[in-house]
Amino acid sequence: MARYVLLIGFFIMIGGFAYMLNLTNTGEYNPRDIPTEFIGRAAPAINVPDLYNESEIVKTSDMQGKVWLFNVWGTWCPECWREHQYLMELSRSGVPIVGLNWRDERPEAKAMITKMGNPFIKIGYDPDSSVAIDWGVYGAPETFVINAQGVVVEKHAGGVTPVVWESKFKKHFVN
Amino acid sequence: MNYLKTIMPVLFALLFVTQAHARFETHDFATEQMEEDYNVLVQELRCLVCQNQNLADSNAELAQDMRIRVYKMLSEGNSKEEIVDFMVLRYGDFVMYRPPVKSTTYILWFGPLLFFVVAALVVLSYMRKQKIETKAVVDETQQKKAHSLLDD
Repeated sequence: MARYVLLIGFFIMIGGFAYMLNLTNTGEYNPRDIPTEFIGRAAPAINVPDLYNESEIVKTSDMQGKVWLFNVWGTWCPECWREHQYLMELSRSGVPIVGLNWRDERPEAKAMITKMGNPFIKIGYDPDSSVAIDWGVYGAPETFVINAQGVVVEKHAGGVTPVVWESKFKKHFVN
Repeated sequence: MNYLKTIMPVLFALLFVTQAHARFETHDFATEQMEEDYNVLVQELRCLVCQNQNLADSNAELAQDMRIRVYKMLSEGNSKEEIVDFMVLRYGDFVMYRPPVKSTTYILWFGPLLFFVVAALVVLSYMRKQKIETKAVVDETQQKKAHSLLDD
């Protein structure tokens, strides 16, 4: 009897292991993902100068009343290049996106935008992680959805793709 | 032996490689207490990029910026607890190298103990079974025989 219990326990463990491994391989589970603490809380301030216009301060409060995306990117991040075309598409279809250029040099960041297009309404320039830390960012790209009341309702670590849009973001833009 | 002589200086030089890499930014501290608090905090806070390192050990750029943030917050008069709360509010309990004991971390804290108890139970039941089996080998008649042999 005890032997059967042990055997069943062993198979449950193997099954669980295989299940998690499969989720990891298909990209549905990221063991390094850190769940955000911001869902349901007011979005933190941005308050850094714009990438193009140093005298203009990019602010969270500017977006009050709109559902918008806050996208953290850097020229050093290959996944950011990959998601860029899709951000362009979203922007063309009317989704307001505020960018945060993270840990970059101004000329390089501008060069990437010139080359690949600008999907952002505004781009905050954050070379020393001051905004990134305030938002609990730990990698790039990361994208937050903020609702009309200024509350963070969703966050995605990794590139934005049509699948991510359909499954996580779209529902917040319906009304 | 000859080739050992050639590579020895190289091996010796390698000793200093990590040191050259490990040079982080330096801070001036107003008080000794502040320096002590800083050192405790960077030991206790986790680097979110290389997740098996704390801020003190990590050379990741985010870890660097987080150390600077810790320094800034201390300079502005925040207490150790306030800084930990600030980080936990943003990165969750995971940012602490020693996570707090609470309902969501019970498995983390008591899991190993549970494993130990289960293992001990298995071993105990196995040992008991062994004992029963060895007992069964010698039946009553055999025992009597043995006793009579011993008595002689």
